[in-house]
Amino acid sequence: MIPGSFEYHRPSSLDDAIGLLSSLGEDALLVAGGHSLIPMMKLRMAMPEHLVDLQDVQSLKSITVDTNQISLGAMVTQAELIASDELHAACPILRETSLQIADPQIRNLGTIGGNVANGDPGNDMPAIMQMLGATYVLAGPQGTREIAARDFYEAAFFTAREDGEILTTIKFDTPTAGHGWAYEKQKRKIGDYATAAAAVVLTVSGGVCETASIGLTNVADTPLWAEEAAGVLVGSALDEATIKTAANAAVAITDPALDGRGPVEFRKHIAGIMVQRAVAKAAQRAQ
Amino acid sequence: MSDIKINMTINGQAVETTADPRTLLIHFLREDQNLTGPHIGCDTSHCGACTVDMNGKSVKSCTVFVGQANGADIVTIEGIAEADGTLHALQEAFRQNHGLQCGFCTPGMITRAYRLLQENPNPTEEEIRYGISGNLCRCTGYQNIVKSIQIAAEELSHKEAAE
Ligand SMILES: Cc1cc2nc3c(=O)[nH]c(=O)nc-3n(C[C@H](O)[C@H](O)[C@H](O)COP(=O)(O)OP(=O)(O)OC[C@H]3O[C@@H](n4cnc5c(N)ncnc54)[C@H](O)[C@@H]3O)c2cc1C
Ligand code: FES
Ligand code: FES
Repeated sequence: MIPGSFEYHRPSSLDDAIGLLSSLGEDALLVAGGHSLIPMMKLRMAMPEHLVDLQDVQSLKSITVDTNQISLGAMVTQAELIASDELHAACPILRETSLQIADPQIRNLGTIGGNVANGDPGNDMPAIMQMLGATYVLAGPQGTREIAARDFYEAAFFTAREDGEILTTIKFDTPTAGHGWAYEKQKRKIGDYATAAAAVVLTVSGGVCETASIGLTNVADTPLWAEEAAGVLVGSALDEATIKTAANAAVAITDPALDGRGPVEFRKHIAGIMVQRAVAKAAQRAQ
Repeated sequence: MSDIKINMTINGQAVETTADPRTLLIHFLREDQNLTGPHIGCDTSHCGACTVDMNGKSVKSCTVFVGQANGADIVTIEGIAEADGTLHALQEAFRQNHGLQCGFCTPGMITRAYRLLQENPNPTEEEIRYGISGNLCRCTGYQNIVKSIQIAAEELSHKEAAE
């Protein structure tokens, strides 16, 4: 399968990339790691006339961790996320999740920016970013703007990003020290997209859950932030019955598609199990 | 569409040519450079038969455009043995330990393991299995592949200790 013809561009600065995107118009697409885009180009589901490769834009490659905020450049690869001990110390769910994405070769090229900008409900990072309450920074010809990950996803492959915009940074508040976390992902085989997955971060004080946030992957045509389910946990002792009630509240907002990963009822059921496991594991890890 | 200039290093040799941007790195290597070691198994980024080393990282060359690899340092299975033909410890271990049956996955397996052992010279069995999780083999059941990589790792660390 050889993709259709296109012109290849490799700008070396963000301004040049924005300029190219505006002058080339809607027939141009950005390429980051290419591991969602190139498969789609082979299937002719994407047929750009121009590809603008971001690999030389150095300003998109940094990971910054401080006590209040973490920010990730769009061109940071999954492998680089896994390798950063500083990031792992502050927000361990990112390594746990990245290790469950695809395989080593794909993680060497696939980027965090491509993963969240792509808009595929199967991508794992969007639910993580919704769960963390992350903000996306978009740069375009009119300057930059910020949008919450929770407002970014409209439908499968439709996001709030405008054609001429480049996602530059993903930022979020550094989770409270001692928080519990877990990403539980059910998949058919290693490297597969989720049948259903749940992301949880919570804090516990004196045996009582103080804060909680839950995100869900691949159980609707967008990632889901399960606000009500998390609300059930807050104030509880994270006992089995409460966790079950929270999982049911999460399942209630899912609307998975029927695909090779199983019938709708099965995927909803798995979503509930993933929420229960993720909450239980996070509770155990919380200090 | 207009061809682009290509400059890269492949197995230590500088290559300067032109190519159509739609060319995938695997096709460039196999058809333009006559390096038919890396294979096309699935063409869908799953099997890893097309694995090559790009700037010190394992990648699936069926999912890289030739332009993306411009300026890169590429190593294929053809570049892993020594110049005089002496096999690399991994190649020798696969040969001695029945690490292959039909051999179709082998170039990708060895090229991946070559990088894995540089990232992690003493991997556990589990680390080897996770490390080659992007490479599929339809014949061996993986047992002898894992064993070959373990034996090569020991061999390489003895060699290192001796030097
Ligand atoms: C076999 C296989 C298994 C996989 N399994 C998983 C999995 O389990 N979980 C998972 O999450 N992913 C999985 N992936 C997808 C992989 O993680 C991709 O790398 C990722 O989805 C996209 O990142 P990329 O850098 O490769 O983006 P690209 O493919 O280059 O781009 C994807 C899309 O995002 C746009 N884009 C990229 N960067 C930007 C930017 N900075 N600003 C605006 N738009 C941008 C592109 O124009 C394109 O439309 C898998 C892929 C394969 C091939
Ligand atoms: S041919 Fe590239 S992964 Fe199968
Ligand atoms: S030896 Fe036949 S596919 Fe691996």
